[in-house]
Formats: sequence, C-alpha cells, structure tokens
Amino acid sequence: MSLIDWQNYRSKGFYDELLAAPGQPRPAARELCDILAGFTPQDLSERKAAAEIAIQTMGITFTVYSEGSMIDRAWPFDIVPRIIPADEWRRTEAGLKQRVEALNLFIDDLYHDQRIVRDKVLPAEVLAQSVNFRPQCRGIDPPHHVWAHICGSDLVRDADGTLYVLEDNLRVPSGVSYMLENRNVTKRVLPEVFATGRILPVDDYCAQLYDMLASLSPRPHDEPQVVVLTPGIYNSAYYEHAYLAQQMGVELVQGSDLVVDDDDIVYMRTIEGLTRVDVIYRRIDDLFLDPEVFNPESTLGVAGLMRAWRAGKVALANAPGAGVADDKVVYAFVPKIIRYYLDQEAILPNVPSYLCMFEKDRRYVLDHLDELVVKPANESGGYGMLIGPRATPTQRAEFAERIQADPRNYMAQPTLNLSTAPTLCDGHAEPRHVDLRPFILSGTDIQVTTGGLTRVALVKDSLVVNSSQGGGSKDTWIVETDGE
Amino acid sequence: MLSRVAENLYWMARYLERAEDTARLVSVNSHLLLDLPHQTALGWSTLIDITGSDETFAVLHDRRNEKNVVHFLCVERENPGSILSSLAGARENLRTTRDVVSREIWEQINEMYLEVRDQAEHGLAPRRRDGFLKRLIRGCQTLTGLIEGTLSHSAARTFIEIGRHLERADMTTRILDVRSGNLLPKDPEELRPFENLQWMSVLKSLTAYQMYRQQVRLRVRGPDVLRFLLQDQHFPRAVARSLEALAWELQSLPRHDRALAAAALVRADVLEADMQALARSPDELHAFIDELQIGFNTLHEAIATAYFARLEDTPRGLVPAEEDDEEAD
Repeated sequence: MSLIDWQNYRSKGFYDELLAAPGQPRPAARELCDILAGFTPQDLSERKAAAEIAIQTMGITFTVYSEGSMIDRAWPFDIVPRIIPADEWRRTEAGLKQRVEALNLFIDDLYHDQRIVRDKVLPAEVLAQSVNFRPQCRGIDPPHHVWAHICGSDLVRDADGTLYVLEDNLRVPSGVSYMLENRNVTKRVLPEVFATGRILPVDDYCAQLYDMLASLSPRPHDEPQVVVLTPGIYNSAYYEHAYLAQQMGVELVQGSDLVVDDDDIVYMRTIEGLTRVDVIYRRIDDLFLDPEVFNPESTLGVAGLMRAWRAGKVALANAPGAGVADDKVVYAFVPKIIRYYLDQEAILPNVPSYLCMFEKDRRYVLDHLDELVVKPANESGGYGMLIGPRATPTQRAEFAERIQADPRNYMAQPTLNLSTAPTLCDGHAEPRHVDLRPFILSGTDIQVTTGGLTRVALVKDSLVVNSSQGGGSKDTWIVETDGE
Repeated sequence: MLSRVAENLYWMARYLERAEDTARLVSVNSHLLLDLPHQTALGWSTLIDITGSDETFAVLHDRRNEKNVVHFLCVERENPGSILSSLAGARENLRTTRDVVSREIWEQINEMYLEVRDQAEHGLAPRRRDGFLKRLIRGCQTLTGLIEGTLSHSAARTFIEIGRHLERADMTTRILDVRSGNLLPKDPEELRPFENLQWMSVLKSLTAYQMYRQQVRLRVRGPDVLRFLLQDQHFPRAVARSLEALAWELQSLPRHDRALAAAALVRADVLEADMQALARSPDELHAFIDELQIGFNTLHEAIATAYFARLEDTPRGLVPAEEDDEEAD
C-alpha cells in the first residue's frame, strides 16, 4: 500500500505543477506520478534516505551563520521533481532570451547615449535615482557589448497557469550549482524514470559558462586564463563558487590573490610567480570590487581592477554597473524596454506593478496595502518587503510612511497565488509553493539552462523559498510529450 | 597553484606537526618525572623553555608547576603554541583551501580540533591525560596516513610535506636544546645520577628509542643520542633526514634554487658538526642549535619568498619603495 495517493492530493485555489486535478496527473508528469504511486512506504523512505546520503557524500552544502560561527548545512532537497512540458519550456526560453537581449541593449545604452531617456521611454528620474548606476562605467565598451553575462530570472506561476517574470538578477545570481547537483542526486534516487529518455539533460552548463567566459578574453589568440573571484568562505554561496571553479577547471581566487600593475594588467600570485589573468567571473558586488574606485574599506576586492577593466586588459563578468537593470522599478519598464530596443512584444509577462514614484500608483498602493506586496527597489533575497495580507496594521502604517518618504524606492505588486508541486512531508505528498530560477548566459549568443532551479517553501502555506529561511529545492525536469 | 593555497597548506602541516610534537613532549615528560626521585630540578619548567614560550607563560601563570604547564601546553587558547591553538591554526588554514585536499583530511582535522576543544572545557585531569595525548598523537598519524593514501602527488602535497619536515626538524632541535642543556655535564668528570634515564627520555619524546637501540646497540650515551637525532640519515625525525626529505620535495617545484641552497646549507651544518665536541660543552651545543634555528628561518624565508608572494614578487610599480615618497601626492 503506497503512501502517495493522488486521489487525495488537493492544491486548492492554486495551479499545481504535476496534477491538473486530484487523481489526474498532467501529461508530462504521468509516468512519474504512476511510479511514485507504486512505491511502498519502505520504497519511499529508502529513496529519501538515498537522497540524503547522496547529498552528504557529495558534500552539497550551503553556509549559514549561527551564534557567530559558520555552519555548513546539508542542502534541503525534495525528491519529487517539478516537471515542465518541453513545448511550454521552448516558449519560456524564447521569452528569456528576448528579455536578456533587451536588457543588455538597455544597459549599454544607459552607459553611452541614453537614447531611451532622451526618447522619454524611461523617466529621467528613474535613472537619476538608481543606486546601481555606476558613472564610472560610462563610455566603456565591454566585449560583445554585453554587460549581464550571467542572469538569473525568477519565474512564478499564478493560479491561471501563466508564468510571470518576478525579477531579473543581473548582479551575482546564485543557485546554478544546486540546479546541477539536484539532477545528480535525482539520477541516483529515481533512475527508473530517466530510462524513458524523455527528460532533457542539464549538465552542459559549466562547459557553456567556460566557453562564454573565454570568449571575453582580451587576448583571443592565447589560451585565456579564467578565474572565479569569491569573497571567501564566509559567503553563503561559497560552495557554489568552489563548485563552478572546479567544474570549469579554473582557479578559485580571492581579492588578495590578485594584483594590478602599472601596466593595468591583472596578475594572480601563484607558486610559478605572477600569472596574467584575462577573465574574472566575479562573485563580489560592484561596490567591493575595487577600493580605488568604490568602497575604500573593501578588502574583498582588488585595487586597480576597474582601471584594468576600463583599459580593456581584463574582462569582468558580470560587467560592473550591470545591476542598473536589476532594480525593481526598472523591472516595471522591461516590457517597454523590449518594445523600444527590439520592436517586439514581451513573450513573458511581467507581474503587474505599481510604481510609488507616480502619484496615481502611489495613492492606489497606499489605499490597498492590505492586498499588495511592497518591495524596495534595490534589495535582494526577499529583504525589506511588506507582504500586505500577512502584515499587522502597525507594520502597514510603518511601511506607508516609508513609501511617502522615498517613493522612488518602492513598488508594489498584487499577491500572487504561487503554484504548488507535490512535496514529501512525513511520507505523504502535500502541495508546497514553488518558484523557478533559470540561468541565461550571454556572450556571442544567448543560452538558457534547460529548466532551472526550482525552489520550494517546505513550510505549509509559506511563500518563502529562500534556503536560509526554511526553503528547499527540487530537481526540475523538462519533459518531451507526444503532443497530448 | 595559487600562492595563498600553497601557503595555507604549508602552515597547516607545520601546525599539525607542532601539535603532535608538543603532545609527545608532554607525554614523555609525565613518564620521566614518575621515574625521577626529586621532581624539583627539572620538573615541568624545561618544557616552557623548549617551546620558547617563557614570556607568554609568565603573563598567564605565576608558577611553573605541573598543572599550569600542562594546561598551558595543551589547551591554553592564549598560548599560540598550545596543542589547541596549533590545531585551530591547522583547521583555519585548511578551511579556506579544503577543496584541494580529500574530504577525509578535513574531517579528521575538524574532529581532532573539536575533541581538544571539548577537553579544554572539561579540564585535563592527570588520570585522563595519557589517553588524551595518545589519541592526539594517533590522530596526527592518521592524518599523515590520509595524506599519504588519498592525496595526489601534486603541488598541494609538496607544500604539506615541506611544512611538515621543516617543523619536525625545528621541533627536534628545540627538544635537544633544552633537554641536553640540563643533561650535559658542566664538568665532564662528574657522573650525574639518572643521566642515562634522561637521555632515554629525549629519545622517547621523539619515539626514537627503539630505532636508536637497533642502530646503536650500545647503552644510551649523550654523544650517540646527539649524533642519532641530528645526523642519522634513516630515522624520520632526525634533523638531517627531515632536511633531506624537504630538499627532495623542493626539487619538484619551479624556481627552487634559493630554497634548495638554504636547505643544503643548514643540512651541511648538521652533518659537519663535531658531535663529541658538542656533547662536551653545553654552551657550544646551545650556540650550535641557535645557528640551526637561524638556518631554518632562512630556509622558511627562502620558501616564502619564492612561493608565497612576498613584496619581492609583486610587480615593480607596486613595491612601496621609500624613494618614491616625493612623487606621491
């Protein structure tokens, strides 16, 4: 007798990723659901244990701070994959490529002629008050005119089944290593489902990443020296930095390993002596990159790095200043940005957004605080947000004051009914909310990961998918269907 | 290999060797004192001299009694040379570079550190001390085995070996220095009681007693012990042997000329020394060991300069030379 009974699985009021209705798996998920339903309780607990052992032996961790010391926690993982049919994915992929192409044109324009501002598509005040616009980057021409080489866009699905872009992470998006490791774990845990051969592979990412980074090298005729620059072991994504460096076969460096000479060339200190570095995949925020230009207190960065980059002697991915498009107010303009640069309509819709800088929107937001999610323009990781329906009247009143004090910094969106996916809880499958973060690489061409990282809020009814706050993740399958 | 990674591995190995040798020192001293009639003359005080930590100790404790000295050497956080601090140092150095060694090595160091830390909290009762030290020495040996059995013969391993051999040579001379200083007769005619027993303890600190007996086959005498621990070509803790192993490792690295020369120089010093003369005069021996220590330091500096990216390695424009002052704005 199985513990998974799809007849009794109900995700009320939400779109479920695997089941169209109780007892009715979606076509792409049918095989998986049948196999899971056939599992005895012992099968199920064995598979779950196998996943835990795999995660432990593969050493998949993320870092959290607790009582002043650093702890590596095992990566929380749910063995039931999230499935997206291949035809839907192809449309999504096209939408992501379109979006990132337009965003790169947008960033390049902002650091050159600012046509989009002159043509009054983007209000001048949005740019004037952007905290991520870096005047030091004006007039720079990075290779291929690409600024955001690696982008992680968060997608969410509403109750009607529409996939929306929730935000674009253009600074130092993380999570791709977990996407790759999730697949490795799932292959060990559910090998029989892979036998059908309809699940598209994901493991090409690191090779694509390396090729893209290498294509940025200022010395195209020599074998480029590519490095990953990490802030160090105390960073919560250190595991990923080490993983990507290892998978690409390049050095994982810290700021102190690099040095910029008078000739504006970046070197790393090795036991062979100083070795020239051509491309830096930096996982450090702009403001810590170079104490000569930005935060002079920073010990994470490299003095002179901006000088070297401006002289074209080294490539930085992502380029400094790319974060100007990673702003929740700019986000609201992305459909217009796509229309302006590409003369196309956006394939993937934005979540409807109200910008508090506009009086009409602001009044609406203040009147409907109990229905809306209010976000500051430049925070990431879900910090500084107000979730209206779940906030107390005092919290709402407090937020209203903040909005009025600094309207440019706030935008609001209706609360979405995030889709769910079956997740193992005490041996039973229960609906839990999920999102999806695909990764988009831009170099000479644009490539999108097959699927992405599915994050799941493991706590019942919770919408918080961040791993530091009780979130977990699932493997994401893009599955070919026979056009059913 | 990145200089930072090489330096971390080198120091990790030095700290581990220091932890192990300190544990040996404390362990053997405990046994020795049980055999001696008066605990007054030598007692525990010499251990503070051996480890060169007179000043640090004086700040923390008044009396050099058993309780204070053992606590100081084993679990004192404020003593940078204690076993606890050494393991913490090894762990800290490996933490930032753990991706280059096998997972077991990291886990072993981590476990040892946590055990010693817990022990520090519970106190070190004399009855439990022996077991504690044995486990620790065994743990360090396990690590040596893990490195031997799981780490590729790459630059990472080379720097670990170099660090270990240099620290071992250094600790062996330290042990000889102070111990023999107490043991060598000021007046050669004077026959001191228990001398034999004490020379045996020197050997035992280095787990050298059995190997010595196999090699020397005579009763334990000062000059022979000195010769064995300084010049023997086969015993792994003998200074000459450690330096030879170090030189062998250096040869696999690029730009090794200066470091190799420094190693050859100090090794020649050891091999050419007159053991009879040194055994006759404590002052001469002490001066000789000082000379060796300076040699080890020169060797360390040569290694650091070549591989750990010192100022000399940075490009010309970055060296903050004094004469450039007038150009600065």
